[in-house]
Amino acid sequence: MTDPSAPVQEQTLSGSPAVWRRVVAIARNAFLEAVRDRVLYNLVLFVLLLIAGAIFLGELSDGQERKIIVDLGLSTMLLFGVFISIFVGVGLVYKEIERRTVYAIFSKPVSRGEFLVGKYLGLCLTLLVNVVVMGAGVSLALLYARRGGDSLALTIWPAIFLIYLELMILTGVALLFSSFSSPALSALLTFLVFIIGHFSTDLKNLASTMESVVGRGLFNALYYLLPNLNNYSYITPAAHGQVPLGSNVLLAILYAAVYIAITIAAATLVLGRRNFK
Amino acid sequence: MSIVEIDQLTKDYEIGFWRKRKVRGLDALSLAVEQGEIFGFLGANGAGKTTTLKVLMRLTFPTSGKARILGEDIDKVSMHRIGYLPENPYFYDYLTAREFLEYCAELFGQPKQARKRNAEDLLSRVRLDEKRWDTQLRKFSKGMLQRVGLAQALINDPEIVFLDEPMSGLDPVGRREVRDLIASLRESGKTVFMCSHILSDIEVLCDRVAILKKGKLAHMGRLNDLRQQQNQENLVEIIVTQTDVPETFVVTETPGGVRIQAPGESDVDVVLTALRKVNGKLVSVQPLRQSLEELFVD
Ligand SMILES: Nc1ncnc2c1ncn2[C@@H]1O[C@H](COP(=O)(O)OP(=O)(O)OP(=O)(O)O)[C@@H](O)[C@H]1O
Ligand SMILES: [Mg+2]
Repeated sequence: MTDPSAPVQEQTLSGSPAVWRRVVAIARNAFLEAVRDRVLYNLVLFVLLLIAGAIFLGELSDGQERKIIVDLGLSTMLLFGVFISIFVGVGLVYKEIERRTVYAIFSKPVSRGEFLVGKYLGLCLTLLVNVVVMGAGVSLALLYARRGGDSLALTIWPAIFLIYLELMILTGVALLFSSFSSPALSALLTFLVFIIGHFSTDLKNLASTMESVVGRGLFNALYYLLPNLNNYSYITPAAHGQVPLGSNVLLAILYAAVYIAITIAAATLVLGRRNFK
Repeated sequence: MSIVEIDQLTKDYEIGFWRKRKVRGLDALSLAVEQGEIFGFLGANGAGKTTTLKVLMRLTFPTSGKARILGEDIDKVSMHRIGYLPENPYFYDYLTAREFLEYCAELFGQPKQARKRNAEDLLSRVRLDEKRWDTQLRKFSKGMLQRVGLAQALINDPEIVFLDEPMSGLDPVGRREVRDLIASLRESGKTVFMCSHILSDIEVLCDRVAILKKGKLAHMGRLNDLRQQQNQENLVEIIVTQTDVPETFVVTETPGGVRIQAPGESDVDVVLTALRKVNGKLVSVQPLRQSLEELFVD
Protein backbone atom coordinates (compact mmCIF):
# COMPACT_ATOMS: atom_id res chain seq x y z
CA MET A 1 0.00 0.00 0.00
CA THR A 2 1.99 2.95 1.22
CA ASP A 3 5.62 3.43 0.50
CA PRO A 4 7.61 1.52 3.10
CA SER A 5 10.54 3.87 2.76
CA ALA A 6 8.41 6.90 3.62
CA PRO A 7 8.54 6.70 7.44
CA VAL A 8 12.32 6.59 7.38
CA GLN A 9 12.43 9.68 5.22
CA GLU A 10 10.03 11.49 7.49
CA GLN A 11 12.23 10.95 10.48
CA THR A 12 15.22 12.47 8.81
CA LEU A 13 13.00 15.42 7.98
CA SER A 14 11.89 16.01 11.54
CA GLY A 15 13.85 19.26 11.71
CA SER A 16 12.63 22.60 10.44
CA PRO A 17 12.58 21.76 6.70
CA ALA A 18 9.69 19.38 7.36
CA VAL A 19 7.85 22.15 9.17
CA TRP A 20 8.27 24.45 6.21
CA ARG A 21 7.17 21.82 3.76
CA ARG A 22 3.94 21.47 5.67
CA VAL A 23 3.49 25.22 5.88
CA VAL A 24 4.06 25.53 2.15
CA ALA A 25 1.61 22.70 1.46
CA ILE A 26 -1.05 24.40 3.59
CA ALA A 27 -0.39 27.77 1.98
CA ARG A 28 -0.67 26.30 -1.49
CA ASN A 29 -3.92 24.63 -0.55
CA ALA A 30 -5.31 27.89 0.86
CA PHE A 31 -4.37 29.67 -2.36
CA LEU A 32 -6.03 26.92 -4.39
CA GLU A 33 -9.15 27.35 -2.31
CA ALA A 34 -9.25 31.06 -3.05
CA VAL A 35 -8.78 30.40 -6.75
CA ARG A 36 -11.41 27.67 -6.93
CA ASP A 37 -13.82 29.71 -4.84
CA ARG A 38 -13.40 32.41 -7.46
CA VAL A 39 -11.93 35.05 -5.18
CA LEU A 40 -9.76 36.27 -8.03
CA TYR A 41 -12.84 36.99 -10.13
CA ASN A 42 -12.79 40.42 -8.55
CA LEU A 43 -9.95 41.15 -10.95
CA VAL A 44 -12.36 40.98 -13.86
CA LEU A 45 -14.50 43.59 -12.18
CA PHE A 46 -11.44 45.73 -11.58
CA VAL A 47 -10.37 45.57 -15.21
CA LEU A 48 -13.88 46.45 -16.36
CA LEU A 49 -13.89 49.44 -14.02
CA LEU A 50 -10.53 50.46 -15.35
CA ILE A 51 -11.67 50.30 -18.96
CA ALA A 52 -14.84 52.21 -18.19
CA GLY A 53 -12.75 54.78 -16.33
CA ALA A 54 -10.31 55.12 -19.23
CA ILE A 55 -13.11 55.73 -21.71
CA PHE A 56 -14.69 58.27 -19.42
CA LEU A 57 -11.39 60.00 -18.66
CA GLY A 58 -10.64 60.22 -22.36
CA GLU A 59 -13.35 62.87 -22.51
CA LEU A 60 -11.68 64.82 -19.75
CA SER A 61 -9.20 67.64 -20.09
CA ASP A 62 -5.50 66.93 -20.37
CA GLY A 63 -2.98 66.59 -17.56
CA GLN A 64 -5.44 65.58 -14.86
CA GLU A 65 -6.32 62.15 -16.13
CA ARG A 66 -3.04 60.48 -15.14
CA LYS A 67 -3.39 61.69 -11.60
CA ILE A 68 -6.98 60.48 -11.51
CA ILE A 69 -6.04 57.08 -12.93
CA VAL A 70 -3.48 56.56 -10.17
CA ASP A 71 -5.75 57.94 -7.45
CA LEU A 72 -8.76 55.89 -8.39
CA GLY A 73 -6.79 52.83 -9.46
CA LEU A 74 -4.80 52.50 -6.25
CA SER A 75 -7.75 53.39 -4.02
CA THR A 76 -9.84 50.72 -5.70
CA MET A 77 -6.95 48.30 -5.31
CA LEU A 78 -6.83 49.03 -1.59
CA LEU A 79 -10.59 48.73 -1.26
CA PHE A 80 -10.80 45.41 -3.08
CA GLY A 81 -7.81 44.15 -1.13
CA VAL A 82 -9.38 45.13 2.18
CA PHE A 83 -12.54 43.29 1.22
CA ILE A 84 -10.60 40.16 0.40
CA SER A 85 -8.45 40.34 3.54
CA ILE A 86 -11.48 40.77 5.70
CA PHE A 87 -13.98 38.45 4.10
CA VAL A 88 -11.61 35.66 3.24
CA GLY A 89 -9.45 36.28 6.31
CA VAL A 90 -12.19 35.94 8.89
CA GLY A 91 -13.40 32.67 7.36
CA LEU A 92 -9.92 31.22 7.07
CA VAL A 93 -9.94 29.41 10.38
CA TYR A 94 -13.58 29.67 11.33
CA LYS A 95 -14.83 27.84 8.27
CA GLU A 96 -12.44 24.98 8.83
CA ILE A 97 -13.53 24.56 12.42
CA GLU A 98 -17.20 24.89 11.55
CA ARG A 99 -17.04 22.34 8.74
CA ARG A 100 -14.71 20.18 10.80
CA THR A 101 -12.13 19.94 8.06
CA VAL A 102 -9.55 20.55 10.81
CA TYR A 103 -10.17 17.08 12.23
CA ALA A 104 -8.30 15.42 9.42
CA ILE A 105 -5.54 18.03 9.54
CA PHE A 106 -4.68 18.17 13.23
CA SER A 107 -4.75 14.39 13.48
CA LYS A 108 -1.77 14.51 11.14
CA PRO A 109 1.63 15.86 12.12
CA VAL A 110 0.50 19.48 11.71
CA SER A 111 0.71 21.89 14.62
CA ARG A 112 -1.83 24.64 15.07
CA GLY A 113 0.86 27.24 14.51
CA GLU A 114 1.95 25.68 11.22
CA PHE A 115 -1.66 25.60 10.13
CA LEU A 116 -2.17 29.29 10.89
CA VAL A 117 1.04 30.39 9.21
CA GLY A 118 0.19 28.30 6.16
CA LYS A 119 -3.33 29.66 5.88
CA TYR A 120 -2.00 33.17 6.37
CA LEU A 121 0.64 32.85 3.66
CA GLY A 122 -1.91 31.33 1.31
CA LEU A 123 -4.14 34.36 1.61
CA CYS A 124 -1.13 36.66 1.26
CA LEU A 125 -0.30 34.93 -2.00
CA THR A 126 -3.86 35.49 -3.21
CA LEU A 127 -3.58 39.15 -2.29
CA LEU A 128 -0.23 39.39 -4.00
CA VAL A 129 -1.61 38.09 -7.28
CA ASN A 130 -4.50 40.46 -6.92
CA VAL A 131 -2.35 43.49 -6.21
CA VAL A 132 0.17 42.72 -8.94
CA VAL A 133 -2.45 42.22 -11.61
CA MET A 134 -4.27 45.38 -10.56
CA GLY A 135 -1.02 47.32 -10.44
CA ALA A 136 -0.18 46.13 -13.94
CA GLY A 137 -3.65 47.23 -15.03
CA VAL A 138 -3.10 50.72 -13.66
CA SER A 139 0.34 50.92 -15.28
CA LEU A 140 -1.09 49.87 -18.62
CA ALA A 141 -3.89 52.40 -18.29
CA LEU A 142 -1.26 55.10 -17.70
CA LEU A 143 0.72 54.06 -20.76
CA TYR A 144 -2.48 54.03 -22.78
CA ALA A 145 -3.48 57.51 -21.57
CA ARG A 146 -0.12 58.89 -22.64
CA ARG A 147 -0.04 56.83 -25.84
CA GLY A 148 3.52 55.90 -24.92
CA GLY A 149 6.06 56.04 -22.11
CA ASP A 150 5.05 57.34 -18.72
CA SER A 151 7.32 57.40 -15.68
CA LEU A 152 4.27 57.17 -13.41
CA ALA A 153 3.73 53.62 -14.64
CA LEU A 154 6.89 52.73 -12.71
CA THR A 155 6.90 55.18 -9.82
CA ILE A 156 3.55 54.00 -8.49
CA TRP A 157 4.97 50.59 -7.56
CA PRO A 158 6.48 51.58 -4.18
CA ALA A 159 3.02 52.84 -3.22
CA ILE A 160 1.52 49.57 -4.43
CA PHE A 161 4.03 47.68 -2.30
CA LEU A 162 2.97 49.70 0.75
CA ILE A 163 -0.67 48.89 0.01
CA TYR A 164 0.28 45.23 -0.08
CA LEU A 165 2.02 45.49 3.29
CA GLU A 166 -1.06 47.13 4.73
CA LEU A 167 -3.21 44.28 3.43
CA MET A 168 -0.84 41.78 5.00
CA ILE A 169 -1.20 43.48 8.36
CA LEU A 170 -4.96 43.55 8.04
CA THR A 171 -5.05 39.86 7.13
CA GLY A 172 -3.10 39.10 10.29
CA VAL A 173 -5.67 41.02 12.31
CA ALA A 174 -8.55 39.20 10.59
CA LEU A 175 -6.85 35.88 11.30
CA LEU A 176 -6.44 36.73 14.96
CA PHE A 177 -10.08 37.70 15.39
CA SER A 178 -11.27 34.68 13.48
CA SER A 179 -9.40 32.35 15.79
CA PHE A 180 -11.87 33.10 18.56
CA SER A 181 -14.93 34.94 17.29
CA SER A 182 -17.62 34.54 14.68
CA PRO A 183 -17.01 35.72 11.11
CA ALA A 184 -19.53 38.57 11.34
CA LEU A 185 -17.99 39.96 14.51
CA SER A 186 -14.46 39.40 13.25
CA ALA A 187 -15.24 41.21 10.01
CA LEU A 188 -16.69 44.15 11.91
CA LEU A 189 -13.75 44.33 14.31
CA THR A 190 -11.19 44.04 11.51
CA PHE A 191 -12.94 46.76 9.58
CA LEU A 192 -12.87 48.99 12.67
CA VAL A 193 -9.16 48.31 13.05
CA PHE A 194 -8.69 49.32 9.44
CA ILE A 195 -10.57 52.59 9.92
CA ILE A 196 -9.04 53.50 13.27
CA GLY A 197 -5.62 52.38 12.07
CA HIS A 198 -5.74 55.17 9.53
CA PHE A 199 -6.43 57.72 12.24
CA SER A 200 -3.67 56.36 14.39
CA THR A 201 -1.78 59.65 14.73
CA ASP A 202 -5.00 61.40 15.67
CA LEU A 203 -5.41 58.85 18.41
CA LYS A 204 -2.05 59.79 19.86
CA ASN A 205 -2.79 63.49 19.61
CA LEU A 206 -6.17 62.94 21.18
CA ALA A 207 -4.52 61.11 24.05
CA SER A 208 -2.18 64.00 24.76
CA THR A 209 -5.10 66.44 25.03
CA MET A 210 -7.01 64.23 27.45
CA GLU A 211 -7.59 65.43 30.97
CA SER A 212 -8.35 62.17 32.70
CA VAL A 213 -5.62 59.61 33.25
CA VAL A 214 -8.00 56.82 32.27
CA GLY A 215 -8.88 58.46 28.97
CA ARG A 216 -5.26 59.16 28.20
CA GLY A 217 -4.30 55.61 29.06
CA LEU A 218 -7.09 54.22 26.93
CA PHE A 219 -6.22 56.19 23.83
CA ASN A 220 -2.53 55.58 24.26
CA ALA A 221 -3.21 51.87 24.62
CA LEU A 222 -5.30 51.93 21.46
CA TYR A 223 -2.53 53.77 19.67
CA TYR A 224 0.03 51.15 20.52
CA LEU A 225 -2.30 48.18 20.15
CA LEU A 226 -3.83 48.98 16.80
CA PRO A 227 -1.67 48.98 13.71
CA ASN A 228 -0.52 52.35 12.51
CA LEU A 229 -1.73 52.24 8.94
CA ASN A 230 -0.91 55.87 8.16
CA ASN A 231 2.57 54.81 7.19
CA TYR A 232 1.13 52.77 4.38
CA SER A 233 -1.05 55.30 2.60
CA TYR A 234 1.00 56.85 -0.12
CA ILE A 235 -1.64 57.03 -2.83
CA THR A 236 -1.98 60.79 -3.17
CA PRO A 237 1.77 61.52 -3.30
CA ALA A 238 2.17 58.67 -5.76
CA ALA A 239 -0.44 60.25 -8.00
CA HIS A 240 1.79 63.31 -8.04
CA GLY A 241 4.74 61.23 -9.11
CA GLN A 242 6.46 61.17 -5.72
CA VAL A 243 8.36 58.14 -4.41
CA PRO A 244 8.61 57.27 -0.70
CA LEU A 245 11.98 57.44 1.01
CA GLY A 246 13.83 54.16 1.11
CA SER A 247 14.25 54.40 4.86
CA ASN A 248 10.52 54.90 5.33
CA VAL A 249 9.76 51.84 3.25
CA LEU A 250 12.25 49.84 5.26
CA LEU A 251 10.61 51.01 8.48
CA ALA A 252 7.22 50.09 7.09
CA ILE A 253 8.50 46.59 6.28
CA LEU A 254 9.92 46.15 9.77
CA TYR A 255 6.77 47.43 11.44
CA ALA A 256 4.62 45.12 9.34
CA ALA A 257 6.85 42.12 10.08
CA VAL A 258 6.68 42.70 13.82
CA TYR A 259 2.98 43.38 13.82
CA ILE A 260 2.20 40.31 11.73
CA ALA A 261 4.44 38.10 13.87
CA ILE A 262 2.62 39.25 16.99
CA THR A 263 -0.87 38.74 15.57
CA ILE A 264 -0.05 35.25 14.31
CA ALA A 265 1.63 34.31 17.57
CA ALA A 266 -1.44 35.50 19.47
CA ALA A 267 -3.73 33.61 17.10
CA THR A 268 -1.64 30.47 17.62
CA LEU A 269 -1.92 30.87 21.36
CA VAL A 270 -5.70 31.18 21.12
CA LEU A 271 -6.18 28.36 18.64
CA GLY A 272 -3.79 26.13 20.55
CA ARG A 273 -6.06 26.11 23.57
CA ARG A 274 -9.27 25.66 21.67
CA ASN A 275 -11.44 22.60 21.92
CA PHE A 276 -12.93 21.81 18.57
CA LYS A 277 -16.62 21.18 18.79
CA MET B 1 2.74 -2.64 26.99
CA SER B 2 -0.66 -1.81 25.55
CA ILE B 3 -0.82 0.24 22.38
CA VAL B 4 -3.53 2.52 23.75
CA GLU B 5 -3.83 3.19 27.46
CA ILE B 6 -6.59 5.40 28.71
CA ASP B 7 -6.39 6.30 32.35
CA GLN B 8 -9.20 7.96 34.28
CA LEU B 9 -10.15 10.19 31.40
CA THR B 10 -12.83 12.74 32.20
CA LYS B 11 -14.22 15.36 29.88
CA ASP B 12 -16.72 18.01 30.87
CA TYR B 13 -18.34 20.10 28.22
CA GLU B 14 -19.46 23.57 29.14
CA ILE B 15 -22.72 24.47 27.55
CA GLY B 16 -24.90 27.55 27.68
CA PHE B 17 -23.83 31.07 27.03
CA TRP B 18 -24.89 33.09 30.04
CA ARG B 19 -25.34 30.45 32.65
CA LYS B 20 -22.71 27.87 32.04
CA ARG B 21 -23.61 24.29 32.82
CA LYS B 22 -21.37 21.30 32.68
CA VAL B 23 -22.17 18.15 30.80
CA ARG B 24 -20.00 15.16 31.52
CA GLY B 25 -19.02 13.61 28.22
CA LEU B 26 -16.56 11.13 29.68
CA ASP B 27 -16.47 9.95 33.25
CA ALA B 28 -13.21 8.49 34.52
CA LEU B 29 -12.80 6.18 31.57
CA SER B 30 -9.97 3.69 31.74
CA LEU B 31 -9.19 1.01 29.21
CA ALA B 32 -6.37 -0.56 27.27
CA VAL B 33 -6.08 -1.77 23.69
CA GLU B 34 -3.52 -4.39 22.76
CA GLN B 35 -1.18 -4.40 19.82
CA GLY B 36 -2.60 -6.09 16.72
CA GLU B 37 -6.23 -6.37 17.77
CA ILE B 38 -9.40 -4.93 16.36
CA PHE B 39 -11.02 -3.25 19.29
CA GLY B 40 -14.70 -2.38 19.15
CA PHE B 41 -15.92 0.64 21.02
CA LEU B 42 -19.67 0.57 21.52
CA GLY B 43 -22.25 2.70 23.17
CA ALA B 44 -25.58 4.36 22.60
CA ASN B 45 -25.83 7.78 20.99
CA GLY B 46 -24.16 10.28 23.26
CA ALA B 47 -22.28 7.65 25.24
CA GLY B 48 -18.97 9.39 24.62
CA LYS B 49 -17.31 7.38 21.83
CA THR B 50 -16.55 10.33 19.60
CA THR B 51 -15.44 12.37 22.60
CA THR B 52 -12.91 9.68 23.49
CA LEU B 53 -11.43 9.68 20.00
CA LYS B 54 -11.31 13.46 19.88
CA VAL B 55 -9.44 13.56 23.16
CA LEU B 56 -7.00 10.94 21.86
CA MET B 57 -6.46 12.99 18.70
CA ARG B 58 -5.99 16.16 20.78
CA LEU B 59 -8.86 17.86 19.02
CA THR B 60 -10.32 18.54 22.40
CA PHE B 61 -8.61 18.56 25.76
CA PRO B 62 -9.63 16.38 28.71
CA THR B 63 -10.78 17.88 31.98
CA SER B 64 -8.65 15.33 33.79
CA GLY B 65 -6.95 12.04 33.23
CA LYS B 66 -4.27 10.79 30.90
CA ALA B 67 -3.92 8.72 27.80
CA ARG B 68 -1.03 7.12 26.02
CA ILE B 69 -0.76 5.86 22.47
CA LEU B 70 2.15 3.68 21.36
CA GLY B 71 3.65 4.15 24.78
CA GLU B 72 3.83 7.93 24.49
CA ASP B 73 1.74 10.57 26.12
CA ILE B 74 -0.90 11.80 23.64
CA ASP B 75 0.65 15.22 23.35
CA LYS B 76 4.03 13.74 22.53
CA VAL B 77 3.20 10.80 20.31
CA SER B 78 4.17 11.17 16.66
CA MET B 79 1.09 11.48 14.48
CA HIS B 80 3.11 9.87 11.71
CA ARG B 81 2.22 6.53 13.26
CA ILE B 82 -1.50 7.15 13.71
CA GLY B 83 -4.50 7.26 11.40
CA TYR B 84 -7.90 8.74 12.17
CA LEU B 85 -11.26 8.69 10.46
CA PRO B 86 -13.54 11.35 11.99
CA GLU B 87 -17.26 10.79 12.44
CA ASN B 88 -19.26 12.01 9.41
CA PRO B 89 -16.08 13.12 7.72
CA TYR B 90 -16.03 16.29 5.71
CA PHE B 91 -13.08 17.48 3.71
CA TYR B 92 -12.07 20.37 1.49
CA ASP B 93 -14.86 20.33 -1.04
CA TYR B 94 -12.91 22.26 -3.66
CA LEU B 95 -10.34 19.47 -3.97
CA THR B 96 -10.75 16.29 -5.94
CA ALA B 97 -10.41 12.97 -4.15
CA ARG B 98 -6.98 12.49 -5.63
CA GLU B 99 -5.80 15.99 -4.77
CA PHE B 100 -7.03 15.65 -1.21
CA LEU B 101 -5.17 12.41 -0.64
CA GLU B 102 -2.00 13.78 -2.20
CA TYR B 103 -2.32 16.79 0.08
CA CYS B 104 -2.66 14.54 3.12
CA ALA B 105 0.39 12.58 2.01
CA GLU B 106 2.27 15.84 1.64
CA LEU B 107 1.44 16.76 5.23
CA PHE B 108 3.18 13.56 6.20
CA GLY B 109 6.24 14.73 4.32
CA GLN B 110 6.06 12.07 1.63
CA PRO B 111 8.01 12.75 -1.56
CA LYS B 112 6.08 13.56 -4.70
CA GLN B 113 6.28 10.13 -6.33
CA ALA B 114 5.17 8.35 -3.17
CA ARG B 115 2.27 10.79 -2.72
CA LYS B 116 0.92 10.05 -6.15
CA ARG B 117 1.32 6.31 -5.80
CA ASN B 118 -0.11 6.11 -2.30
CA ALA B 119 -3.13 8.21 -3.22
CA GLU B 120 -3.95 5.94 -6.14
CA ASP B 121 -3.34 2.76 -4.17
CA LEU B 122 -5.64 3.84 -1.41
CA LEU B 123 -8.40 5.10 -3.64
CA SER B 124 -8.55 1.72 -5.27
CA ARG B 125 -8.25 -0.01 -1.94
CA VAL B 126 -11.32 1.73 -0.58
CA ARG B 127 -13.04 0.89 -3.88
CA LEU B 128 -13.82 4.39 -4.93
CA ASP B 129 -14.96 4.29 -8.53
CA GLU B 130 -11.96 5.31 -10.62
CA LYS B 131 -14.13 7.67 -12.65
CA ARG B 132 -14.65 9.80 -9.55
CA TRP B 133 -11.02 10.19 -8.53
CA ASP B 134 -10.80 13.54 -10.23
CA THR B 135 -14.19 14.82 -9.13
CA GLN B 136 -14.36 17.61 -6.57
CA LEU B 137 -15.41 16.36 -3.16
CA ARG B 138 -18.37 18.76 -3.10
CA LYS B 139 -20.03 16.43 -5.58
CA PHE B 140 -19.50 13.33 -3.45
CA SER B 141 -22.23 11.35 -1.72
CA LYS B 142 -21.93 10.48 1.94
CA GLY B 143 -20.72 6.96 1.24
CA MET B 144 -18.12 8.20 -1.21
CA LEU B 145 -16.84 10.72 1.33
CA GLN B 146 -16.66 7.94 3.87
CA ARG B 147 -14.38 6.01 1.54
CA VAL B 148 -12.17 9.03 1.01
CA GLY B 149 -12.10 9.38 4.79
CA LEU B 150 -10.87 5.84 5.18
CA ALA B 151 -8.25 6.38 2.52
CA GLN B 152 -6.88 9.49 4.23
CA ALA B 153 -6.75 7.63 7.54
CA LEU B 154 -4.43 5.07 5.97
CA ILE B 155 -2.31 7.33 3.75
CA ASN B 156 0.66 7.22 6.13
CA ASP B 157 0.50 3.45 6.61
CA PRO B 158 -0.21 3.95 10.33
CA GLU B 159 0.48 1.41 13.05
CA ILE B 160 -2.84 2.13 14.66
CA VAL B 161 -6.03 3.53 13.16
CA PHE B 162 -8.93 5.08 14.99
CA LEU B 163 -12.15 4.76 13.05
CA ASP B 164 -15.27 6.60 14.17
CA GLU B 165 -18.19 4.69 12.67
CA PRO B 166 -16.39 3.52 9.54
CA MET B 167 -19.49 1.85 8.10
CA SER B 168 -21.86 4.78 8.37
CA GLY B 169 -23.33 5.94 5.11
CA LEU B 170 -22.16 2.89 3.19
CA ASP B 171 -24.42 0.65 1.13
CA PRO B 172 -24.43 -3.10 1.90
CA VAL B 173 -21.74 -3.83 -0.68
CA GLY B 174 -19.66 -0.96 0.64
CA ARG B 175 -20.00 -2.24 4.16
CA ARG B 176 -18.72 -5.61 3.19
CA GLU B 177 -15.82 -4.04 1.32
CA VAL B 178 -14.88 -1.90 4.27
CA ARG B 179 -15.25 -4.85 6.56
CA ASP B 180 -12.76 -6.77 4.43
CA LEU B 181 -10.45 -3.78 4.40
CA ILE B 182 -10.46 -3.57 8.18
CA ALA B 183 -9.86 -7.29 8.46
CA SER B 184 -6.90 -6.95 6.09
CA LEU B 185 -5.44 -4.29 8.36
CA ARG B 186 -5.25 -6.80 11.16
CA GLU B 187 -3.56 -9.25 8.84
CA SER B 188 -0.83 -6.73 8.14
CA GLY B 189 -0.27 -6.30 11.85
CA LYS B 190 -2.10 -3.03 12.40
CA THR B 191 -4.20 -2.21 15.41
CA VAL B 192 -7.72 -0.92 14.82
CA PHE B 193 -9.80 1.00 17.34
CA MET B 194 -13.29 1.38 15.94
CA CYS B 195 -16.54 2.89 17.14
CA SER B 196 -19.73 1.41 15.85
CA HIS B 197 -23.36 0.71 16.52
CA ILE B 198 -23.66 -2.06 14.05
CA LEU B 199 -23.46 -5.30 15.93
CA SER B 200 -23.01 -7.52 12.91
CA ASP B 201 -19.89 -5.63 11.85
CA ILE B 202 -18.48 -5.68 15.34
CA GLU B 203 -19.22 -9.36 15.60
CA VAL B 204 -17.37 -10.30 12.46
CA LEU B 205 -14.40 -8.05 13.08
CA CYS B 206 -13.62 -7.34 16.68
CA ASP B 207 -11.42 -9.30 18.99
CA ARG B 208 -12.55 -7.40 22.02
CA VAL B 209 -15.11 -4.74 22.74
CA ALA B 210 -15.72 -2.09 25.33
CA ILE B 211 -19.19 -0.81 25.99
CA LEU B 212 -19.57 2.74 27.10
CA LYS B 213 -22.57 4.03 28.96
CA LYS B 214 -22.99 7.70 29.76
CA GLY B 215 -19.28 8.28 29.60
CA LYS B 216 -18.44 5.33 31.82
CA LEU B 217 -17.04 1.96 30.92
CA ALA B 218 -19.91 -0.49 31.35
CA HIS B 219 -18.36 -3.71 30.07
CA MET B 220 -15.19 -4.83 28.45
CA GLY B 221 -14.06 -8.16 27.11
CA ARG B 222 -14.42 -10.69 24.33
CA LEU B 223 -17.71 -10.50 22.54
CA ASN B 224 -18.59 -14.13 23.27
CA ASP B 225 -17.92 -13.74 26.96
CA LEU B 226 -20.09 -10.70 27.06
CA ARG B 227 -22.86 -12.45 25.24
CA GLN B 228 -22.74 -15.42 27.56
CA GLN B 229 -23.16 -13.12 30.50
CA GLN B 230 -26.35 -12.01 28.89
CA ASN B 231 -28.02 -15.41 28.40
CA GLN B 232 -29.84 -13.86 25.55
CA GLU B 233 -32.52 -15.77 23.71
CA ASN B 234 -32.00 -16.46 20.08
CA LEU B 235 -34.89 -14.60 18.55
CA VAL B 236 -35.26 -15.26 14.85
CA GLU B 237 -37.06 -13.19 12.29
CA ILE B 238 -38.64 -15.07 9.39
CA ILE B 239 -40.32 -13.36 6.49
CA VAL B 240 -42.55 -15.43 4.22
CA THR B 241 -45.05 -14.86 1.42
CA GLN B 242 -47.92 -16.57 3.17
CA THR B 243 -50.42 -15.50 5.72
CA ASP B 244 -51.54 -18.79 7.27
CA VAL B 245 -48.74 -19.78 9.60
CA PRO B 246 -48.89 -21.51 13.00
CA GLU B 247 -50.70 -19.34 15.49
CA THR B 248 -48.13 -19.86 18.18
CA PHE B 249 -45.76 -17.21 16.80
CA VAL B 250 -45.81 -13.46 16.95
CA VAL B 251 -46.87 -12.36 13.49
CA THR B 252 -47.01 -9.00 11.75
CA GLU B 253 -48.39 -8.45 8.30
CA THR B 254 -46.11 -7.10 5.61
CA PRO B 255 -47.12 -5.99 2.10
CA GLY B 256 -46.08 -9.32 0.58
CA GLY B 257 -46.85 -11.74 3.39
CA VAL B 258 -45.97 -11.88 7.06
CA ARG B 259 -43.09 -11.38 9.38
CA ILE B 260 -42.78 -14.00 12.06
CA GLN B 261 -40.86 -13.64 15.27
CA ALA B 262 -39.77 -17.06 16.43
CA PRO B 263 -38.32 -17.57 19.92
CA GLY B 264 -35.57 -19.98 18.88
CA GLU B 265 -33.63 -21.30 15.94
CA SER B 266 -35.40 -24.69 16.12
CA ASP B 267 -38.67 -22.95 15.37
CA VAL B 268 -37.43 -22.10 11.92
CA ASP B 269 -38.00 -25.73 10.92
CA VAL B 270 -41.53 -25.65 12.22
CA VAL B 271 -42.33 -22.57 10.21
CA LEU B 272 -40.68 -23.90 7.06
CA THR B 273 -42.59 -27.19 7.26
CA ALA B 274 -45.85 -25.33 7.63
CA LEU B 275 -44.88 -23.03 4.79
CA ARG B 276 -44.13 -25.87 2.40
CA LYS B 277 -47.57 -27.37 2.94
CA VAL B 278 -49.24 -24.26 1.61
CA ASN B 279 -46.66 -23.64 -1.11
CA GLY B 280 -45.45 -20.41 0.44
CA LYS B 281 -42.06 -18.89 -0.28
CA LEU B 282 -39.36 -17.97 2.16
CA VAL B 283 -38.15 -14.39 1.90
CA SER B 284 -35.57 -14.20 4.66
CA VAL B 285 -34.42 -15.65 7.92
CA GLN B 286 -32.20 -13.74 10.24
CA PRO B 287 -31.22 -13.72 13.86
CA LEU B 288 -32.96 -10.90 15.61
CA ARG B 289 -30.60 -9.37 18.08
CA GLN B 290 -30.93 -6.19 19.86
CA SER B 291 -27.95 -3.97 19.42
CA LEU B 292 -25.26 -4.71 21.94
CA GLU B 293 -25.64 -1.45 23.73
CA GLU B 294 -29.32 -2.17 24.19
CA LEU B 295 -28.41 -5.55 25.64
CA PHE B 296 -26.39 -3.88 28.30
CA VAL B 297 -28.95 -1.39 29.40
CA ASP B 298 -29.74 -2.57 32.90
N1 LIG C 1 -19.03 20.02 21.51
C1 LIG C 1 -19.84 19.57 22.49
N2 LIG C 1 -20.40 20.46 23.33
C2 LIG C 1 -21.20 20.04 24.33
N3 LIG C 1 -21.49 18.76 24.59
C3 LIG C 1 -20.96 17.83 23.78
C4 LIG C 1 -20.11 18.19 22.68
N4 LIG C 1 -19.73 17.06 22.05
C5 LIG C 1 -20.32 16.05 22.71
N5 LIG C 1 -21.06 16.50 23.75
C6 LIG C 1 -21.81 15.67 24.71
O1 LIG C 1 -20.97 14.65 25.18
C7 LIG C 1 -21.66 13.42 25.24
C8 LIG C 1 -20.93 12.38 24.41
O2 LIG C 1 -21.01 12.72 23.03
P1 LIG C 1 -20.27 11.89 21.91
O3 LIG C 1 -20.38 12.66 20.67
O4 LIG C 1 -18.93 11.53 22.39
O5 LIG C 1 -21.17 10.58 21.81
P2 LIG C 1 -21.05 9.33 20.84
O6 LIG C 1 -20.91 8.14 21.70
O7 LIG C 1 -20.03 9.55 19.82
O8 LIG C 1 -22.50 9.34 20.17
P3 LIG C 1 -22.96 8.93 18.69
O9 LIG C 1 -23.18 7.47 18.73
O10 LIG C 1 -24.25 9.66 18.54
O11 LIG C 1 -21.92 9.38 17.74
C9 LIG C 1 -23.07 13.71 24.78
O12 LIG C 1 -23.87 13.88 25.93
C10 LIG C 1 -22.98 15.00 24.04
O13 LIG C 1 -24.15 15.74 24.19
MG1 LIG D 1 -20.06 9.65 17.81
